[in-house]
Amino acid sequence: MKYISDFREGSLAPVLACAIAKEVDSNRHYRFMEFCGGHTHTIHRYGIPGLLPKNVEMVHGPGCPVCVLPIARVDHAVALSFQPNVILCSYGDMLRVPGTNQETLLKAKARGADVRMIYSVDDALSIAQKHPDKEVVFFAIGFETTTPPTAHAIIFAKEHGLKNFTVFCNHVLTPIAMECILRTQYPGEKPVVLDGFIGPAHVSIIIGSKSYEAVGEKYQKPIVISGFEPLDVMHSILMLIRQLNEGRCEVENQYIRAVNSEGNIKSQQLMGEVFELRTTFEWRGLGFIENSALKIKEKYKAFDAEYRFPLTVSSGQEHKACDCGAILRGAKKPTDCKLFAKVCTPENPLGSCMVSSEGACSAVYAYGPFLIE
Amino acid sequence: MEAFKIVKKIPGPKLDVKHGIIDLSHGAGGRATARLVEQLFEVEFDNALIKQHNDAACFSLSSGRYVMTCDAHVISPLFFPGGDIGCLSVYGTVNDLAMMGAKPLYLTAAFILEEGFAFSDLKRIVQSMAKAARRAQVVIVAGDTKVVEKGKGDGVFITTTGVGIVPEGVDISGDKAQTGDDVIVNGYIGDHGIAIMSHRENIQFDTTLLSDTAPLNDLVAKMTEAVPKLHCLRDPTRGGLATTLNELAKQSNVGFMIDENKIPVREEVTSACELLGLDPLYVANEGKLVAICPSEFTETLLTVMRNHPLGKEAAVIGKVIADSKEFVQLKTKFGGMRIVDWLTGEQLPRIC
Repeated sequence: MKYISDFREGSLAPVLACAIAKEVDSNRHYRFMEFCGGHTHTIHRYGIPGLLPKNVEMVHGPGCPVCVLPIARVDHAVALSFQPNVILCSYGDMLRVPGTNQETLLKAKARGADVRMIYSVDDALSIAQKHPDKEVVFFAIGFETTTPPTAHAIIFAKEHGLKNFTVFCNHVLTPIAMECILRTQYPGEKPVVLDGFIGPAHVSIIIGSKSYEAVGEKYQKPIVISGFEPLDVMHSILMLIRQLNEGRCEVENQYIRAVNSEGNIKSQQLMGEVFELRTTFEWRGLGFIENSALKIKEKYKAFDAEYRFPLTVSSGQEHKACDCGAILRGAKKPTDCKLFAKVCTPENPLGSCMVSSEGACSAVYAYGPFLIE
Repeated sequence: MEAFKIVKKIPGPKLDVKHGIIDLSHGAGGRATARLVEQLFEVEFDNALIKQHNDAACFSLSSGRYVMTCDAHVISPLFFPGGDIGCLSVYGTVNDLAMMGAKPLYLTAAFILEEGFAFSDLKRIVQSMAKAARRAQVVIVAGDTKVVEKGKGDGVFITTTGVGIVPEGVDISGDKAQTGDDVIVNGYIGDHGIAIMSHRENIQFDTTLLSDTAPLNDLVAKMTEAVPKLHCLRDPTRGGLATTLNELAKQSNVGFMIDENKIPVREEVTSACELLGLDPLYVANEGKLVAICPSEFTETLLTVMRNHPLGKEAAVIGKVIADSKEFVQLKTKFGGMRIVDWLTGEQLPRIC
């Protein structure tokens, strides 16, 4: 089986589109949130909205690790990059995310900070081994997908006595964010009405489909875990519509080629060994959420950049007119934002959603459904 | 061509090409610089014009339309599968001239070398340039060498300038695309960018992919000979096919309707792009061109292109459409429609 082309097979798209059209009840509206930015991009890159009936609406969620990082943490990373002797290693997407006053890691680099773009935390370990005289800080971000490699790196550093390697930990958790969207009413906004979720692909490989059962049950929302390819997404939309039409509310797994119920136990053990829950953590758009993020355990604190470099960083200021927050919780669409495509563009992103390749604004801008319409 | 006097050799030791390194004296303009020029550049580039030893090369030209361009090359790694900065710096300028339909004639080359750079690497690069120039049938007639302190360069930067003559009857320009014209590429896109990335220090993945770096002037000569009324040519280098199409759309005030199914992309490139979160449409090429051709000549052009080693996989990928908004639209393989925008900043790999 070809894992890319087979799941993008154009000739099957009309078949699924037809099945969806047949399944929908024309007397009602369907509003689904795709939690992950990866799904948002698939939807726009392949022009999926044009293949769906008018009463099926897709709303993007907060599942973009770059987007949900609050501005204070970006400021903190920039401040770390300017510490004497520090090499700050970051995934590429993070470099262009604006902090307070539109300061970014890329600008910090241009001003002389040693900021390196890496593809994997292993690269940060190699840099630390190669430069024993430098302090290498890894800017760790992401949901459960990128957390196990960070845990592994910390264990490796401890076992190999790598004293110049630390992690600025910003790992966050998925099911709690889903719950937050469903339970929270934000001031001045109507409650976000959702009929179900397209569940994360890569995150679910790690945490398993059963991790969503509690939230699905509590809020009576069907969840279908979906692969990232366009046929996966269309198939998952069909499965969600079927659940609703049949009055079911289950966690179903469309992405059976990669996800099982239990998840990747070894990865979960790695995370459990190194990390513990933070009492609370700020999310861009969602505010402070209890037990929603991870911190490095006391026994590994020598590898915690927040312990090694105690910095006081101010709370950070968002651009006043930026709607990233409301967009991340599904309350607004990118095109509802006054800045979108006018002041805020990929060249000059004012909010994180325009930067990341998983951000909703970037998807809508790059693939231009707002232009074709 | 005029006769040139034989100049006496610069006294002093021979360059230690095996173990030697560049130091600041090689850029100071004294004997060390002269020895470098004499023992390396002149030997490899080997032509009468460069051996004139004047401040500028002197030559006569016939009347006609000339084109002139320059291209600066900064690339990491310097040596990559299928090429190196040397041949790239020759083909880059040759291809820019060829995209005007011109026959490239003369090139100059300026080197900014970093203190400590190995002579052996420099020799390899200069030899590669000489070979590339012979392949493209151009002459490197003049050059310059400067040395920057260690840490202030990245081994070597090369800037080449070129001049070429446009054959009579050929009038190619980016503002000539017309509604109804066909959009043609000469082969697989994205090979160069992915081959380079596969050898970057912190990525490194195994691939048999080679950079497509090649001189396009011979292919272009055959194309313009068969279809002198060709409207536009452009090589989709940095920014890839997507950016080139956007440039042409803006210049000609038209839109494009491209069919993703028809764009030749190798499976290796598709897979690598998936892995890194990149889009092949934005990945750099070095031996590819986009031709905008009046549709009545498309078959003729395709035949000529497919008979040339650099155009075997030539394909029509779409059409020029009327669109005052100058959008490049793509019919996706999946059947949906989307806009293909300009490249913004650098393509950055995604996180998960």
